[in-house]
Amino acid sequence: MTRLPHGGRIDRSTVLRFTVDGRELTGHPGDTVASAMLANGIIEVAPSIYRDRPRGIMAAGVEEPNALLQVDGPCSEGMLPATTVELYDGLVASTLSGKGRLDPTPDPAVYDKKFVHTDVLVVGGGPAGLKAAAEAAATGVRVMLVDDQPSVEAPADVVVLSRTTAIGSYDDNYVLALERRTDHLGSAAPQNVSRQRLWHIRAGKVVLATGAHERPLVFAGNDKPGVMLAGAVRTYLNRYGVAAGSRVVVFTNNDSAYDTVRDLLDAGVEVAAVVDARSDVSVDVDVRILPGSAVIGTEGDDRITGVIVRTSEGGTVSFECDLLAVSGGWSPVVHLHSQRQGKLRWDDELVAFVPDGAVRNQEIVGMASGEGLWPTQALWLVPADSYDTHFVDLQRDVTVADVWRSTGAGMLNVEHVKRYTSLGTANDQGKTSGVNAIGVIAHALGGSVGEIGTTTYRAPYTPVAFAALAGRERGDLFDPERTTSIHPWHVEHGALFEDVGQWKRPWYFPRDGEDIDAAVARECRAARNGVAVMDASTLGKIEIWGADAGEFLNRIYTNAFKKLKPGHARYGVMCKPDGMIFDDGVTLRLDDNRFFLTTTTGGAAGVLDWLEEWLQTEWPELDVHCTSVTEQWATIAVVGPRSRDVVSVLAPDLDLSAEAFPFMTFRETTLASGVPARICRISFSGELAYEINVSSWYGLSVWEQVYEAGLPYDITPYGTETMHVLRAEKGYIIVGQDTDGTVTPHDAGMAWAVSKQKDFVGNRSFSRSDTARGDRKQLISLLPTDGSTRLPEGTQIIARDVDLTPPVPMLGHVTSSYHSEALGRPFALALVAAGQSRIGETLMAHVGSELVPVQVADLVLYDPEGSRRDG
Amino acid sequence: MADLRRSPLAHVQFPAGLAELPFRTMVNLRVDPSSERVEKALGVALPQQCGQTSVSGARTVFWLGPDEWLVLDDEPGIHAELVEALAGESGSAVDVSANRTIVELSGPFARDVLEKGCPVDLHPRAFGPGQAVQTTVGPVPVLLWQVGDETYRLFPRSSFADYLARWLIDAMSEY
Amino acid sequence: MLLISCPWCGPRDETEFRYGGQAHVAYPETPSALNDQQWAEYVFYRENPKGPFAERWMHSIGCRRWFNVLRDTVSYEVLAVYRNGEEVPR
Repeated sequence: MTRLPHGGRIDRSTVLRFTVDGRELTGHPGDTVASAMLANGIIEVAPSIYRDRPRGIMAAGVEEPNALLQVDGPCSEGMLPATTVELYDGLVASTLSGKGRLDPTPDPAVYDKKFVHTDVLVVGGGPAGLKAAAEAAATGVRVMLVDDQPSVEAPADVVVLSRTTAIGSYDDNYVLALERRTDHLGSAAPQNVSRQRLWHIRAGKVVLATGAHERPLVFAGNDKPGVMLAGAVRTYLNRYGVAAGSRVVVFTNNDSAYDTVRDLLDAGVEVAAVVDARSDVSVDVDVRILPGSAVIGTEGDDRITGVIVRTSEGGTVSFECDLLAVSGGWSPVVHLHSQRQGKLRWDDELVAFVPDGAVRNQEIVGMASGEGLWPTQALWLVPADSYDTHFVDLQRDVTVADVWRSTGAGMLNVEHVKRYTSLGTANDQGKTSGVNAIGVIAHALGGSVGEIGTTTYRAPYTPVAFAALAGRERGDLFDPERTTSIHPWHVEHGALFEDVGQWKRPWYFPRDGEDIDAAVARECRAARNGVAVMDASTLGKIEIWGADAGEFLNRIYTNAFKKLKPGHARYGVMCKPDGMIFDDGVTLRLDDNRFFLTTTTGGAAGVLDWLEEWLQTEWPELDVHCTSVTEQWATIAVVGPRSRDVVSVLAPDLDLSAEAFPFMTFRETTLASGVPARICRISFSGELAYEINVSSWYGLSVWEQVYEAGLPYDITPYGTETMHVLRAEKGYIIVGQDTDGTVTPHDAGMAWAVSKQKDFVGNRSFSRSDTARGDRKQLISLLPTDGSTRLPEGTQIIARDVDLTPPVPMLGHVTSSYHSEALGRPFALALVAAGQSRIGETLMAHVGSELVPVQVADLVLYDPEGSRRDG
Repeated sequence: MADLRRSPLAHVQFPAGLAELPFRTMVNLRVDPSSERVEKALGVALPQQCGQTSVSGARTVFWLGPDEWLVLDDEPGIHAELVEALAGESGSAVDVSANRTIVELSGPFARDVLEKGCPVDLHPRAFGPGQAVQTTVGPVPVLLWQVGDETYRLFPRSSFADYLARWLIDAMSEY
Repeated sequence: MLLISCPWCGPRDETEFRYGGQAHVAYPETPSALNDQQWAEYVFYRENPKGPFAERWMHSIGCRRWFNVLRDTVSYEVLAVYRNGEEVPR
């Protein structure tokens, strides 16, 4: 019997059944898997990762290096310390040799987040944390306390999060804490409650009461099952009512282990001896103490059966035991302090790194600050002939011999030793091994531990599942899906969608059995020969008001807007100061002091911020105000030679003739349905086209009106793929596809859009020597001479007769590539060095392992005369 | 003509505690904060600080920035009145009624739902009825207005409305 | 995560802001009057100090105002926040 008859924070009236490594066991509410295993007399877990050595439960908290579980469930989870997994009825787990298994089953559990603010956040619910929380709460401020144990008895006015581990501490007291909400309930966990919750806590002040971790001692055979941290032995006694062994030897270099001795004796457990490394021991306990001595070996094939001790006189003595409680001193848990660049100092008396002051707006209390820790005599390793079983990092199977091999190889820095040996890199992140390793290094190099210093502490303090970091932002909620007012129609009519930024845009509308090529060919024919309709609502839209609006646009766009007449529209290009294309779109002049600017679908927010930056920081004297109206308007592009017939049904009050309503103008009207509309003669295809803008409340209705009016002409809805083919045939660029931040308007074949009459942002860069080079990459068309190869976008272009021994000089690359239904052949747009002077030349495109001859052609392949835009 | 309108969330089956308030008039106003003509047209003072709102009957004015406000009303006439009041003055009054929609979240757990994704401090000590701020709920930018102890109104861009509604319904499922 | 006090909206999370690079890099009055070297210094050259750095930020989720932040690039401490046109606080 290792469960004590009384004591501990467990509920003995309820029995929980569970299985570990195939053994059916029982425990009680309040147990961890580790405490329940110990209560069943089991200390052994799976053998070590590399050396296959027997290992056992060594700690009682997050620092456990050996007892790692794979826990069964709807989605099995691995690498969970048995010392932190709360027992529930029906739990099934197996112990692991340092490697978990990823379950390929989708995890059905819910994970979420919570964002809260507090005046004071206390991390840790031990005596120091509770005291700090109570003191803060007494002043009337908001206080939160997080603690990783199941229950904390805090003052009523403190918000307590139990089963919660603060894993990361970030700038300005932003702390992430993981709450385990339902794991302890097993199959009784409610389905609609998140399994784990990641708390995002912004605190005015953070109080770290994170305590200290005990270190093991480094001696031959120190890894056997039954070697346990003395503090853990005490925790199992007092918190769980479990005696981890029946006959105990204690090995220590400080007084803390004597608390364990007293509690063991009180519980009726035999303590065979205390092996104390210190010569001068003055402790009043009724047990045999061997001062100035050390454990030099352990016995037993699996669980420890005895220890060999070298006494202060130099002789050896053996003790039978089934538990060796070890204490090599204590390390304050400074992780959250150090994550914030908090400084540490080496304390020779405590033999520990302790915080050297606190981070701004933080305080460190209790053992985390070094307060209350025990004076310790450094004992980094027990001398021996061989150091091959002096384990430093149990989880990585790293011994003193391994550490010295690395220092012998010239690794003089702890970070280098860490990477050479893998010490401290396991999922316990060296909580019990880190400082011992530094001591061993110091021993080898002859320096002081404080000079060597620690490795860098990084979040998370304990492992956290990616699912918890993702929260609800997965699956359908992964990222916002922006939709237009017409979206339901697209869905209903079988559109396939393409992501453009966060927008869902129809890609194409396949009819029965059509693949993308067939659907796009049909959509293109409709737009070129009949009438087609596209939802263009995703374009960014900004209203610009003010007496200086024209002047402002003159400075922002490469071309002129100041003298644009009301009722007229103009395509514009904007550049960054380096002269590279940044965005483009058509702008309408609504009246003398009002413009309506459109941006690319993905560029809307960036353009508005850009405009505001100039207005607020450089030209505050301009009378200009910008307002984003992207979603105010639904925009329906009616495209093709029959578009006039369709629009005339919708807008009977308008004279749609080319003379009365010329290209690049717009009209305000009221549709036959009574809906107010602004109709623009704008074309992104070269065909006669009208863009109908209405309040997005009416977007779906007016789209349906267009569709109904177009049925006699077999009106065809089309998506982004057809839009791309049509625009590329005309040589119209897509910013971000045909440009990449290194393309000037001249490079893109738009010198005509660059004013020579006025200054604008980027203008000065066009005369920089690099920008004025004649061999810059310029946008041109490419026609594969076989008339059939569709070049993959990104294809590299090289000269025809170039030597193919690498490195082969690259002339450029394909930016857009499609099959042209109108031309009956594939074509591409490409950025090619001095491309505009190569028209007619044949170059080679590198496709897979083939070289495909391509002819360089003018950027505009379809209707270069522009004869089709008026219908 | 009202039958031709369709609100961004017309297709959503709302659980108790969540509803769309569609088709309200909204005007984005940019003007000098001391404009008397605009305040006269509004019939209410322009709020001068982040978080503040001014109310007059069905009309509420929200502070968006030091020279920017959102005017909310039941009737569309306010837009023309503001444009007229601005005549000859620097500024803008743009109809943005369809640019956003309004989602009302109410119930004893309303704050808990929002705290699953809103980085602003919504604790009663920091935020309360009558206050409104621009922030994010989940990954969606919104104007967030607390109208009662347990009632909030969220103004997302129309294109984000469907995602936000799904996000909120998901977040509410715990309660 | 930084907590940045917008001069208009008060303290908000870093995620509500857009970063605008070094502050106080004025657009040249007459770019055409500059030689290539001078223009390149405006377009391409920025400070990268270790310590206090005056930067431009915009509260893009909130009031949409650009303003300036004096931030320590080592400690990430926001040392001061000030509006356009104001001097760098000492």
